[in-house]
Amino acid sequence: MLTKNQAPKRGVDSQSICFTINGRRESISIEPWVSLLDCLRDHLNLTGSKKGCDHGQCGACTIICDGKRILSCLSLAVMKDGAEITTIEGIAKGDELHPLQQAFIDHDAFQCGYCTPGQICSAIGLLKEGKANSRTEVKEMMSGNLCRCGANVGIIDAIMQVKDGGGHE
Amino acid sequence: MGIDKIVGKPISRLEGREKVTGMAKYAAEYQADNLLHGYVVSSPITKGRIIDIDITKVIDIPGVVEVISHKNRPKLAWFDLQYTDMDAPPGTVFKPLYDENILYNGQPIALIIAKDFETARYGSTQIIFKFEEQDFQTVLKDNLTRARPAKKGFATALKPPPPPPTGDFENAFENAAIKVESEFQHGTEHHNPIELFATTTIFEGNGKLTIYDKTQGTINNQLFVANLFGLRYKDVRVLAPFVGGAFGSGLRPQYQLFLCVMAALHLKRNVRVVLDRKQMFSFSHRPPAIQKLRFASDINGRITALGHEVFAETSNFEDYTEPTASWSHRLYAAPNTLFEHHLIPLDVYTPMDMRAPGGSTALHAIECTMDELSYKLKIDPLDLRLINYSDMDPSAEKPYTSKALRACYLEAAEKFGWDKRSPEPGSMARGNKLVGYGMATGIWDAFQFPARVEAMISADGKLILNNATTDIGTGTLTIMTQIAADELGLNIADVDFRYGDSKKPFSMFQGGSATTSSTGVAIVIAARALRKKLVRKAGEMKDSPFKNVAAEQVVFKGGNLLLKEDMKTFISLKEIIAFNAGRPIKTTNMGKPHVLKLRKYSLATHSASFVEVEVDKDLGVVTVTRAVTAVAAGKIINPKTARSQILGSMIWGISKTLHEETIMDARLGKYINANLGEYHIPVHADIGELEVIFTEEKDDLINEIGTKGVGEIGLVAMPAAISNAIYHATGKRINKLPIHFDELF
Repeated sequence: MLTKNQAPKRGVDSQSICFTINGRRESISIEPWVSLLDCLRDHLNLTGSKKGCDHGQCGACTIICDGKRILSCLSLAVMKDGAEITTIEGIAKGDELHPLQQAFIDHDAFQCGYCTPGQICSAIGLLKEGKANSRTEVKEMMSGNLCRCGANVGIIDAIMQVKDGGGHE
Repeated sequence: MGIDKIVGKPISRLEGREKVTGMAKYAAEYQADNLLHGYVVSSPITKGRIIDIDITKVIDIPGVVEVISHKNRPKLAWFDLQYTDMDAPPGTVFKPLYDENILYNGQPIALIIAKDFETARYGSTQIIFKFEEQDFQTVLKDNLTRARPAKKGFATALKPPPPPPTGDFENAFENAAIKVESEFQHGTEHHNPIELFATTTIFEGNGKLTIYDKTQGTINNQLFVANLFGLRYKDVRVLAPFVGGAFGSGLRPQYQLFLCVMAALHLKRNVRVVLDRKQMFSFSHRPPAIQKLRFASDINGRITALGHEVFAETSNFEDYTEPTASWSHRLYAAPNTLFEHHLIPLDVYTPMDMRAPGGSTALHAIECTMDELSYKLKIDPLDLRLINYSDMDPSAEKPYTSKALRACYLEAAEKFGWDKRSPEPGSMARGNKLVGYGMATGIWDAFQFPARVEAMISADGKLILNNATTDIGTGTLTIMTQIAADELGLNIADVDFRYGDSKKPFSMFQGGSATTSSTGVAIVIAARALRKKLVRKAGEMKDSPFKNVAAEQVVFKGGNLLLKEDMKTFISLKEIIAFNAGRPIKTTNMGKPHVLKLRKYSLATHSASFVEVEVDKDLGVVTVTRAVTAVAAGKIINPKTARSQILGSMIWGISKTLHEETIMDARLGKYINANLGEYHIPVHADIGELEVIFTEEKDDLINEIGTKGVGEIGLVAMPAAISNAIYHATGKRINKLPIHFDELF
């Protein structure tokens, strides 16, 4: 084992930031190079947001930040000081699932479940945007979220059901 | 046993709530005290030797705890067998950080361990290696002269070499009335589950480890770790309650497990190692292959000769094979056959099973060649399959335990509207798009492995089942619960199937579409034994009407035991357990295939896919607008999760045909698109209308529950169906996958 650095000391100071996550205010001291995704997963124990590529290519880390869907792996945590963040853990109201979460279960819109939090957050963001009007447009605008199990049909069916049923907020 | 059967109902996934709320925890998501993070350093060279390692800049980084390389690694097992696993092909298993030799690009060459992920990753950029590089060979088509037969070993039992030739193939082919000769090229593919490979090792002390690992085989990896590091089996516990996809990549223990456990033992600390996406391209893949097919028939379309020669990649240290060459003879009778499988060892990592290994490669070539034959004969492609339809397995000269392929063809063709196809290529259009219809056949093995299940009734009258299997997203939890619920006449809510843990009774790794038949049968066997025990115990109760009653005379329903003769007489499971002083009544039993009985039969699932494509006349862009796949796979336990399995594998078929390929740079010997932006898999916008039909197929012979598995059969027919549709649309036969638009015009 190395003996040189028994007392870890950072060359760069951690910064104190504050954000609201799932309705709760969180203050955290964090190094400026920590991505928002790693901040959520490793520092705040919110592991619902997933890491699939760390490059903005798979969409598994999608969260809702100030009302918009973003890829949390492409933001540094310190950039989001003061932001209002909703992760998959904050989508349901207590025991009551969001209509989209229920629709995902009903349409079997996942298999392994790993891309699911990103798909759901992205879809909620999409519905808020109000841009996608047809199934084709929903498919196009959800295409930043990859699913390797091939649950695509169920995912789009679930989103269309909620979109058409007006079940979203 | 229950009157209202739960098996066969489209129950929603029981773990759905955890998965849609972010509560499902995967291997990298377990917290532990003072957890250290490891980051792997990968070899930038393809072949050679490490001659120096300079870590001075790394150890100067605050927070770095250790750097492990071959130079300072803890003493390791040296005997090859200690590294082996249940899925190891013949050869010498790759040993991470074993010595200075570099065998392939991306090979792990060091592990940086630090107090957090970012520091470890930064450390990986500050380590300096000096290498002595050697010449390498990494391109299949440049090395065809080095082809040789595969070595034999343990794995050969499940993956036999092709059978010897029959008849006189060369003569028959030479003199045939109608013949087709074609060559197919498939690129490398990587499994790329969205979850990154990860291991979290909890160092419990006293030689005990608790390991959260991304794997398809908890016991496989438990044995691997114990053997390698000299630990007692019972001291190593491997857990995988949730697995974020695997598709074969988790069938063997991967190097992050090895490195994580080594670091934990060395530092006596809790350690996590997560690979990055680029490193997901550094262990195992579907091998690239070149296939040469020669099929011949008489003028009526009766096949007379089947020839299939395969040249596939393997590594220089293990001989990976997947049954590829002889599939055609399991579908079509032919008096003359010639099947050969050659391996070409290259300076790459050993390939590995990837969803429908061998079958998806072979059936593409076979069913495209059949399509070409149909055009030469001027016979409808579907009719050609029906002319050559065989109820027997011609290759083994045995009957199938069941085979509803004919019904698959007919049901899918009708649903698809195959009769609306005009046979001439390029004769159908929709606006600016050429339209093509194509079809193909699928066949896949119906495996069953031995499995043990512990079943018990607890004090609250619930049924608890234990088995070490994983649920990689296939629906294992849900369907095992359904099977068990029916066996004891209980509701879903009263059954608790516990899995994903090497401490539980034996399960093979979750592969080969075998889990339902393996663990499912074990549940049935255990439930039978449990029913007997419960009836006997009920008979011991005071004034019991169940005294000397055989288990067969008792109906289990709604948490009660009822006498068949007099359904008003019953006793509840809870009462029996109370009589047993509150102690659970339990049994552990083995389910295994009926090898002797089944020796007289062939076992397979079948499918037929019908596909419509649109090809843009100006741009050549191909879209699969709709597809219908009919599957005959015996009993379907849960039509909802099974449909998802088939839909998912149909999308894998679309991906294999039109999207995915790992590109090898011949000069560098490395994959150059090792990320999800450039390794293309279908996105939502690529998916058209997909339909699944489960064709009725009753199979009383195959096993106690009549299941054959649905994990892979949905993939095998799709690539050829799509390719054949593209031919029908454009008149162009592109036999190299994936098919790109630039090859069409």
